[in-house]
Amino acid sequence: MSTPILEIRNLHAAVEGHEILKGIDLVVRPGEIHGIMGPNGSGKSTLAQVLARREAFEVTQGEIIFDGKNLLELKPEEVAAEGLFMAFQYPVEVPGINNAYFIRSAVNALRKYRGEDEMDAMDFLPAFKEKMKALDVDERFLNRAVNEGFSGGEKKRNEILQMAMLEPKLAILDETDSGLDIDALKVVAQGVNAMRSPERSFVVVTHYQRLLNYIVPDYVHVLAGGRIVRSGGKELALELEEKGYGWVEEEAAQMAR
Amino acid sequence: MIETRTEKKQAFQAYLDEFEAFAKRAPGADTPWMKQLRQEAFARFWELGFPTLRDEDWRFTSLAPLSARTFRLASGVKGYHALTGNGTAPVAIDLATIHRLTPAGVGARVVFVNGRYAPELSKVDHSDVGRGTVPSPHKPPQASSEAQKVVVMSLAEAIAAGHPLVQQHLAKHEDYRSDAFTALNTAFVEDGAFIHVKRGAVVEAPIYVLYVSVGNAEALMAHPRNLIVAEEQSQATVVEDYVSLPVGQQDGSDTPPHTRLEAGATLFFSNVVTEVVAGQDALLSHYMIEREDESAINVSTLHLQQARNANVDSHSVLIGGGLVRNNVHPVLTGEGADCLINGLFVANGRQHMDNYMKVEHAAPHCNSRQFYNGILDGQSRGVFHGRIIVHKDAQKTDAKQTNRNLLLSDGAQIDTKPQLEIYADDVKCTHGATIGQMDEEALFYMRSRGIAEQEARRLMLFAFASECLDRMKPGPVRSWLEESVGGWLPGGTQAAATE
Repeated sequence: MSTPILEIRNLHAAVEGHEILKGIDLVVRPGEIHGIMGPNGSGKSTLAQVLARREAFEVTQGEIIFDGKNLLELKPEEVAAEGLFMAFQYPVEVPGINNAYFIRSAVNALRKYRGEDEMDAMDFLPAFKEKMKALDVDERFLNRAVNEGFSGGEKKRNEILQMAMLEPKLAILDETDSGLDIDALKVVAQGVNAMRSPERSFVVVTHYQRLLNYIVPDYVHVLAGGRIVRSGGKELALELEEKGYGWVEEEAAQMAR
Repeated sequence: MIETRTEKKQAFQAYLDEFEAFAKRAPGADTPWMKQLRQEAFARFWELGFPTLRDEDWRFTSLAPLSARTFRLASGVKGYHALTGNGTAPVAIDLATIHRLTPAGVGARVVFVNGRYAPELSKVDHSDVGRGTVPSPHKPPQASSEAQKVVVMSLAEAIAAGHPLVQQHLAKHEDYRSDAFTALNTAFVEDGAFIHVKRGAVVEAPIYVLYVSVGNAEALMAHPRNLIVAEEQSQATVVEDYVSLPVGQQDGSDTPPHTRLEAGATLFFSNVVTEVVAGQDALLSHYMIEREDESAINVSTLHLQQARNANVDSHSVLIGGGLVRNNVHPVLTGEGADCLINGLFVANGRQHMDNYMKVEHAAPHCNSRQFYNGILDGQSRGVFHGRIIVHKDAQKTDAKQTNRNLLLSDGAQIDTKPQLEIYADDVKCTHGATIGQMDEEALFYMRSRGIAEQEARRLMLFAFASECLDRMKPGPVRSWLEESVGGWLPGGTQAAATE
């Protein structure tokens, strides 16, 4: 088997002294898509935030190896430059910074980190516009401030657009489906599927099984009470949809005893 | 701290001594109305004294650094060539220095050094611009000067030549009777820019007025006075730029502001009054750039007298000066007049920047919009006082005011205060102020995309500052500011170079 792109071992993480992740183990190999499902408050988003290195989340135990490097020693910008992308559940508005300029700055920051030449606006724009078109993002978003005045669906598509431009090795989609109507969901899923490749992996965090109809996972993990309580194939998602999360929470409660 | 009568007397005695010497040699000293104006203004200054913290308009700004010292009138000290401290080796400010300071693309350039016109550093031979011949009843105007759209000249020369517009407008708009600084300036009226944009003239290239203050062994003061008369349907842009060149650094090397002040450095006090008279349908943009070093005290008063449908923009960019008071006073006297009051102030270290807006709506159907953005770092202190006065007859007034502030350190402080006085009953006045820190969520978002923390901070500050620049009309001044502002912000390249 190929070397994992991501290896999480016994991860414990806390927010303001409150332990939320209580021992997560997860291995993601290149080309794989992992779905992470679970009830609200199970720690799904915390896991995504820890991977993106948000400071408010304190890792109290365990380790994370990303592409052979100790992720917990990297700053958020270094994690991004190493090839990890997180699509935010709630994309942030950055007033005054134009979207195209922002994404080009990000692309160039990554290129610089890898010792590649920076892209000028002339090289950047055609590629950017093409991706915008594929994701059905209106061209007027080129010159609008990042996420400012964007609808919920536009913000999520903007996340996928950034992902498409940054070409990560591993993308974490943190509840990208929340608040999306079915059409927007299909567009987002198409964007993700277009990027699938044997070298690129995805971790799709979601509350509902619906997104996984369009982004078909290789593995599904069920997170409850800060632990992975079940792992399986894509059929596990269907089982969850059918039976709800009640039984999972019971299992989690038993494990905690 | 209560000033005793004796201390006040002593400090003011120095102003009186300077005034008596000045009044004899001043331009127009023999002209009765000028003489009387100066005498009255000085008497008024003497009565008023400098404001204190008890004065409502000065609640947040202590003038202790000013009232505790005496200043010599810079123009009374021998020419700047001798201002090297020991008075022996003359150091000239060369043209190369002036060129480095001047924004690209400006037209006429008038340079003042320590309050005095420096013709050898100025350039007024632009095709549209003349150092106009003063109209005289004894001499028919020359054909060439008739063709010129605009006259740009030294106010001292205009006074000496008895230019009729000077008598018509000087000190007729900004009231020296009610303000100590205007009174003091008016008493010491000597030089500055006199700009006359003729009826219907469209002056494309900005007119650049540069004030260079050169330090000296003793504290100096200058009272620049500008008079801008923009006639009916004319269009022009005027930039006032205040710069320090400390002793020994007249080479104008690009030492940034904020970095030059050392203990015991010399002090330079500029007290500026600019009167702008905008005729019917005139379009004028005025820029005030303050980038002196931290040893500078700069008090400026911009008066905008606007006739019917006159459209005036005032843009202030304050990045330098130790103690800065920026008064902007538009008076909308004609129906349909429109005024934009736009500003950016960036303070660091122990800088103190006080912006005092007094927008007077005196006619119906006028619009005013105030937007000021402040960035405060270190132990600096900022003030925004936005006063809107809507007179009884100014129905259908639309006045808006927004002040946004970014505090980058725990030691920085801002006082922001709206003050609305409305005597008409059919008006729309809105105001809003925000004070905040750098948005940590947005910072993390940018970092998560690979943008390094320092760069993300820089981009966000630049975006905040750009809100102000985006309100300027496209042109050479805006382009120059867009290129320069990054280096003026905390963490910018210039500031970083000093670490």
